[in-house]
Amino acid sequence: MKVYQFTEQPYYPAWQDHSGSLRVNLLNRKCDPHVAADLFHRYYDEWQVADELGLDIMLNEHHQTATCMSSTVVVGLSVLSRITRHARLLVLGYPIGHRPDPLRVAEELSTIDVISRGRLDMGFIKGVPYEFPASNQNPVGVMDRWWEALDFIVKAMTTHDTLFNWEGEYFNYRQVNVWPRCWQQPHPPIWTTTGSSTQARLLGERGYVMATLGSGYNTRPLYDSYRRGFVGKWGKAPGPDRFAYLGLVGVAKDRDEARRRGELVAGYLRSSGIVHLPFRNPPGFLSAEDNARLMRGETPPRSYTKDRRVISMHSASAEDLVAAGILFCGTPDEVYEQIVDFCQYCGGMGNLLMMGHAGYLSHEQTVDNLKLMAEEVYPRLKAWQQPDAAAIAAQAVAADKQGSRPASARVGDLVDATMATR
Amino acid sequence: MSVASSSEAPSLVVGGTRIDWIEKGAGAPLLFLHAENGIEPARAAIDELAGHARVMAPTHPGYGRSELPKGMRTIDDLSYFYLDVLDQLDARDLTVVGVSLGAWIAAEIAVKTTARMARLVMANAVGVKVSDRETRDIADIFALTEPEYIAIAYSDPKVGTRDYKALPDGEVLAAARAREATARYAWNPYFHNPRLKSRLHRIRIPTLFLWGSQDRMLSEPYGRAYCAMIPGARFETIDRAGHFPDHEQPKVFAEQVLAFARGK
Repeated sequence: MKVYQFTEQPYYPAWQDHSGSLRVNLLNRKCDPHVAADLFHRYYDEWQVADELGLDIMLNEHHQTATCMSSTVVVGLSVLSRITRHARLLVLGYPIGHRPDPLRVAEELSTIDVISRGRLDMGFIKGVPYEFPASNQNPVGVMDRWWEALDFIVKAMTTHDTLFNWEGEYFNYRQVNVWPRCWQQPHPPIWTTTGSSTQARLLGERGYVMATLGSGYNTRPLYDSYRRGFVGKWGKAPGPDRFAYLGLVGVAKDRDEARRRGELVAGYLRSSGIVHLPFRNPPGFLSAEDNARLMRGETPPRSYTKDRRVISMHSASAEDLVAAGILFCGTPDEVYEQIVDFCQYCGGMGNLLMMGHAGYLSHEQTVDNLKLMAEEVYPRLKAWQQPDAAAIAAQAVAADKQGSRPASARVGDLVDATMATR
Repeated sequence: MSVASSSEAPSLVVGGTRIDWIEKGAGAPLLFLHAENGIEPARAAIDELAGHARVMAPTHPGYGRSELPKGMRTIDDLSYFYLDVLDQLDARDLTVVGVSLGAWIAAEIAVKTTARMARLVMANAVGVKVSDRETRDIADIFALTEPEYIAIAYSDPKVGTRDYKALPDGEVLAAARAREATARYAWNPYFHNPRLKSRLHRIRIPTLFLWGSQDRMLSEPYGRAYCAMIPGARFETIDRAGHFPDHEQPKVFAEQVLAFARGK
């Protein structure tokens, strides 16, 4: 098991005064650059602490938002590849469907892989709905563009002995030859996220690391789809290292303090959905069939607890978030038990993407959160025996053949769009 | 002519792509190109026109139940699709009538050739950039809620308001497909082709701009500026109508179109 420390690098001082939208149209007048500088340095300091504690690191980017100041993840990766020593540096993710120039992406990431001496994990994502008004990229057909960008980046990183030509549907180059070439061979590991079983199966066939966010006790069907795709293509079971899960973490020696930390970290969930309504579901982000269902008022359940109660990720209590496997919260013993229980449910999961800071959690609380996780929970997680991957994958394949596959989980995209009507 | 009839609706197959196809009425031929809100809101206007003309009204690729050819993503692509349609039908002396995005398609066809066209009607047309780069000509409808959008697009918001929970499944899906198809063709550059303006002088057939005068998605000065780019084009308004005059005032809309088609 690996544990990656993640924060969205929020500009939380603006969270109290937003007129109904923290993203896209929250005017940057509300951003004091001096405060932003202090916050950036603080977050980098905390990632250095994570590095020293033996944790790995995850970064992301969002645009025009006080929920996440990192608008170009390459800046954070650049800083951290220089000031950290051992941590893996996972970007999850890089929204390549929005980028006009995937050659530039290949150059940036190769450079970061070299400066970090091979510590980069490359997560490529579609991006949340609210990124489209900011990038002005057409949301219709974005996944076609995404796949072409991905294929191009891989080819650019793995071609060393000839220049190559690329004249595709979306991108055109004639003399591709990336300098420096990446450190890890043949290229840094590829990660991505999904909320769709169809896509999960495809990712299994590709063998990429698949992460889910907020899927809680609805995660297993996605993992099983991945397992079926992986087995079909590679003839063996995917290990737990192919699966990643973003969980919020609030841990403390004292139960009350742990609860306080859990509540503060859950501030991420409570702020992330505050977006001007029309930006929540741009046309083409969901299929027309899914949009028709939303227009008719059919909203899919968002998150389930272990005992199949439906909760709202954006407004649930800390208790319900724990019950849903979205928040791991309590004393080190309790947090260990919650994580192991969840991994068991998943049939094995090898990468915990730990949101160890969010919202109003102070620097001191964050550092203590990281220390307790690293020193009292992580060693036990590493020692814990994951379920037998071969047996789990065989079950997934057999269930598919018998047609007893559980209803496919569609959690990612629809969760973001559920509130949208237009 | 290869008009195929399915059990549900007549359709036309062009270059392997099946589109929904309405053909009704008798008289001089008239091609009606619907707006970004799809064919449904235009049905009353089509019926009015069919009282005095042979109306052909396709549902654009990607809208309604019409198929979408692989790779089609611009209004320019659509204009070539319709040039193929006109060739296949061997159409002659057509009056081409477009509303909003449909008018944009009509203009993109006409700058290529008007060989099969006699007259052109552009209603609340989009397709060009008129103002400077920092002045928005066309309201950003994707940044509006549905009620906000209806309020600026219609003279009477009640006409444009739809209760999706009460509509048949097919119509709800068509509305969802219309929104997606419109973004496909018009997201960026937003509802215009920067190249079109410099080509409009090639349209040398009688052209009428019809303008629902309560349109607040586009302004009347925008329409008049667009009209001035086509040599000899005339500008008329329709009162108590917004961005979709065919939907809000189908009778008046049809009367003005038919009068123009008769050469008045």
